[in-house]
Amino acid sequence: MELVLVNLIDGLVTGLLLFMLSAGLTLIFSMMGVLNFAHASFYMLGAYFAYQISVYMGFWMGLLIAPPLVGVLGALVERYGLRKVHQYGHVPELIFTFGLALLIEEVVQFVWGRDTMPYDIPEILRFTAFSISGYAIPAYKIFMIFTSVAIFVVLLWVLTRTRVGMIIQAALSHPQTVEALGHNVPLVFMGVFGVGTALAGVAGVIAGPVLSTFPGMAVVLGSIVFVTIVIGGLGSLWGALVASLLIGWLTTFAKAYNIRAADILTSLGLTPPANVEESIWRDIWTVTSPQIADILPYILMVLILVFRPHGLFGKRDA
Amino acid sequence: MSEIARIPGRNAGLTPGMVLPWALAALFLAVMPLIFASNSAITIMNQMAITIIFALAYNMLLGQGGMLSFGHAIFMGMGGFMSVHIMNWVERYELPLPLPLLPVFGGLSGLALAIVVGSFSTRKAGTVFAMISLGVGELVAASSVIIVAFFGGEEGVSGDRTYGLPFFGIEFLRQIEVYYLTAAWLLISALLMYLWSRTPLGRMANAVRDNPERAEFVGYSARWVRFHSFCASGFFAGIAGGLFAINYEIVTEENLNLAQSGAILLITFLGGAGFFFGPIIGAVLFTLLQTVLSLHTDIWQLYLGALFVMTVMYFPGGLAGVLMMHVVPARLGRLHMLVMPYLRTLLPAAIGIAGLAGVLEIIFHRRNMATGDEEMTLFWITFDSTSPWPLAIALGVAAIGIWIARRTAPALREAWEAANRIDLPPSSEGRP
Repeated sequence: MELVLVNLIDGLVTGLLLFMLSAGLTLIFSMMGVLNFAHASFYMLGAYFAYQISVYMGFWMGLLIAPPLVGVLGALVERYGLRKVHQYGHVPELIFTFGLALLIEEVVQFVWGRDTMPYDIPEILRFTAFSISGYAIPAYKIFMIFTSVAIFVVLLWVLTRTRVGMIIQAALSHPQTVEALGHNVPLVFMGVFGVGTALAGVAGVIAGPVLSTFPGMAVVLGSIVFVTIVIGGLGSLWGALVASLLIGWLTTFAKAYNIRAADILTSLGLTPPANVEESIWRDIWTVTSPQIADILPYILMVLILVFRPHGLFGKRDA
Repeated sequence: MSEIARIPGRNAGLTPGMVLPWALAALFLAVMPLIFASNSAITIMNQMAITIIFALAYNMLLGQGGMLSFGHAIFMGMGGFMSVHIMNWVERYELPLPLPLLPVFGGLSGLALAIVVGSFSTRKAGTVFAMISLGVGELVAASSVIIVAFFGGEEGVSGDRTYGLPFFGIEFLRQIEVYYLTAAWLLISALLMYLWSRTPLGRMANAVRDNPERAEFVGYSARWVRFHSFCASGFFAGIAGGLFAINYEIVTEENLNLAQSGAILLITFLGGAGFFFGPIIGAVLFTLLQTVLSLHTDIWQLYLGALFVMTVMYFPGGLAGVLMMHVVPARLGRLHMLVMPYLRTLLPAAIGIAGLAGVLEIIFHRRNMATGDEEMTLFWITFDSTSPWPLAIALGVAAIGIWIARRTAPALREAWEAANRIDLPPSSEGRP
């Protein structure tokens, strides 16, 4: 029972981290119809910027300065890159962001090298918050949970309760009308893109110390984020939240409990082949849940696409 | 695309204009190993031929069908894995299958996988298709490490192409024999893919790409058309995989992972997705860059990434698109008007870019050199990378080159417009 609680917390951390990325991605998608392939690259930039700042001014200044920096960079990319490509259509836009992801990875390797950066948890958070029957929960995890929840609440408040949020929401569905009312819709788009990438930057800043800061960190998380927003339903913020948590818990529990396929298959009434090591089905019989934990999200996505193409909460056809 | 509009209704029979390019290509492929006879050159050419088939297959989706796939390597990988397995089975059970027919089975396994994946992924084009292809690609790549019986885990599956009976006395022991086998398959598959693009189905794929709604009103199911293009593309990617298996005698997870899928997108787009021959240019160029440039610099991927982003932003038609832009001035007999303006702009730009590359190389060398190894050679000049002068000179060259290029760019634009001024409706450049 205690283990369940520990895994719930671990999964929550992963899920909320994923949500910080997918929230920005889904917001950008629903506004511009652009899937930002380079979204995870901005997450990586967040981690690297924060590391560089933390070398001189400490972790907290990194947390404060790095995300706006990433956001400005994102806004510049939108203004001088994406807007130019927009005239050619959605597919070239996607190819552009894909190229951008490649380029950012190369630039990061050029500037910081291929090695993992010694970006670490700040001294003040290096203690055990509490422990559940012997399992220590580090304070940094709690900090991550609170940061992401706080950001989500602020985001929700801005989107639904403020004037800016109203304009953004209106620009989502009726950009022409909003423009006719005198609002600068391209500016709104640029702002949303900037805020979305800044959110990815925040995720990078707080995830960098635990998931390690290295040039491959964008690739590791990149496709999972895409899978998340497909499962949640393209363009749905709530869907992104649910799907992120679902994936976070799914992978954490699959890793924590060693469920063997052989047990499931025998309980279904199948008998194992006489010589498991030699049989061509040996991989089916010997596979365990920690092994497939990382591909579970993809299996889930394929299932969702086959049986519920809109995604969990999506309104438009995925 | 203007290319399509020119062809009047039906053209029955073969004209010299249709046969000539293919005959030339065959001749070219036959002569190449006589000119570049070294083993390494033949290896590079084999690599090129395989990449060309794969890129052409990929362009059946991207260029002709408007479907952007981020996971197309799985079909080539599947063809490769299946071919290696068949190679081993043939050896073990002494089946009468000559090696030159092996790629067919690679193609069929690619096709089988494409039928499964295409059944749910071709419902929509554009973003949705791209996402699904990414997810499925990631899924297959990840399972390849788990399902060891088929994919061989991390070390992959290896075989021996010299199995069984010699094929008309050829045992495929030597690299050159493999080259001619690969070249023959390249010619066959390229011809088939070209002919495919001329069938009504190939034409409908263009129509569905440009306007699926209209295509549906005409009476074609957009999904059906996409599905068939997808399957054909999977088949030819599988053939490329089979050839890969024959060439390298080993297929690993690297052949179907996302990096491979990304590379083929890059190749096709750089070459130009709007024209049939675009991916061929892309594949040749990329293979050369990969083999030659990587010998000279460690940061070639940085250049490649920058080149790719620039291409997407400024030349969405790719290299083939840029080439085809010159068809109109050439028809008007005005190409000579462009020569001087081109020289005035492109030469300084090239020098500026070389300077910029110099800056990057010097910085890279400074950061990554072993202590005491300050000497570096760049553009045939050897100097001390830690002294400020080379960096300053490179910066200066870059600034001056780019400044001159910017100054002469308006003149180039004017010359370009003058060379293209006609009364006919302007030709649209190749769309991606």
